[in-house]
Amino acid sequence: MSLQATTSQTVGPYFRIGCTWLNRDDIAGKGVAGERVTIEGRVLDGDGKGVPDAMLEIWQANSQGKYAHPDDQQKKPLEQGFIGFGRVPTDNEGKFHFTTIKPGQVPGPGGKPQAPHLVVSVFARGLLRRLITRIYFPDDPNNSSDYALGLVEPERRKTLVARRVTGRDGALAWDVVLQGDNETVFFDC
Amino acid sequence: MANAASPSQTPESNAPVACYRRPFAGTQPPHLHPPYASSIKRAPQKPLVYLAHTLSEITGPVFPRETANPKASDLTRQHKGEPLGERIVVSGRVLDENGRPVPQTLVEVWQANAAGRYRHDRDTHNAPLDPNFTGCGHALTDDEGRYKFITVRPGEYPWKNHYNAWRPAHIHFSVFGPAFATRLVTQMYFPGDPLIPYDPIFNCTADEKARNRLISIFDWETTLPEEALGYKFDIILSGRDATPMEDLT
Repeated sequence: MSLQATTSQTVGPYFRIGCTWLNRDDIAGKGVAGERVTIEGRVLDGDGKGVPDAMLEIWQANSQGKYAHPDDQQKKPLEQGFIGFGRVPTDNEGKFHFTTIKPGQVPGPGGKPQAPHLVVSVFARGLLRRLITRIYFPDDPNNSSDYALGLVEPERRKTLVARRVTGRDGALAWDVVLQGDNETVFFDC
Repeated sequence: MANAASPSQTPESNAPVACYRRPFAGTQPPHLHPPYASSIKRAPQKPLVYLAHTLSEITGPVFPRETANPKASDLTRQHKGEPLGERIVVSGRVLDENGRPVPQTLVEVWQANAAGRYRHDRDTHNAPLDPNFTGCGHALTDDEGRYKFITVRPGEYPWKNHYNAWRPAHIHFSVFGPAFATRLVTQMYFPGDPLIPYDPIFNCTADEKARNRLISIFDWETTLPEEALGYKFDIILSGRDATPMEDLT
């Protein structure tokens, strides 16, 4: 039996009615080990204007590189209650923020470890299907050998790596540029 | 080939974990669809980078049962009084492309009220709000992948996409499925709605059969006598591919 996946449609401008109940901007929660980070940024359209009606969903492993999911068969510890899911809306200026822990390395193709990363879905009015991207961490020595970063032209890789915010410990900045010169790398996956 | 030491092997079965299938040609919308004006400044212009599924994409949030409020599937009982409009039952199954049910997965819905107005700050349409209707709900599918919502039929409403633009009646659906790769947001339409052929959002997908699967089916089996009409809407999520994850190196 072979069916075809249902067609994607935009979330439209009013998704907050149905989606706000599941907003989570503290992804790791209390009692979860790891280096705490705050990630903040903006979603920008082709005119450089903030997108006020976007929503990001984040999925990540814990600090050991273990996903809270039955298909992750690695023998690594997992905190009870850790889900690894976040959902954050943008505000009137297109800004968003969330806090979490830096995840550990998870295996990539051939079992080779990937650099620590978060996977992100972007939903908004005007997006007929979600956009998929990743957030990597600045100065991580594993970035240079990462599978997904290696697929990207060198000059565009920086769109996937968060920047340190000077003067604030653990604060990282990362923007989603939907189109234009500094367009964020989006993945087909 | 699969590496014996690979951490993504299943120790019990020794079977590598499989990836999810990519969409069939034409069955998913492009990012840019100019008749839908909002896509013009928001669609990426550079080609997407093809990524083989890794453990990050074949896993996804597993919500504990208590995440879902069992009362959230009846949108007609969220306030003191009954909402205005025609009561309906919307039900169906969440299946994968192999026809297997997707159990215990979160389904979220949101919609306009019977007059075609959303309870949202940015909806300025001159139609009345209903104090007894918020227009949102959620449910977890059961072990057979079934879900059911009780709600009112949403009204059609004007939007400013082009001159005299009206959206057909629709309910927004958000479904997680078993993995990050299976996440889906879509819209369900109603059979016989005369606005459907004119809707740029409905029409964004090239494949006509795929588009038409967004139209629910009137269903006597779930129609409640003296109470509510039944509409059936099955949702298909990307299924497992035959290719194991480790073979995509």
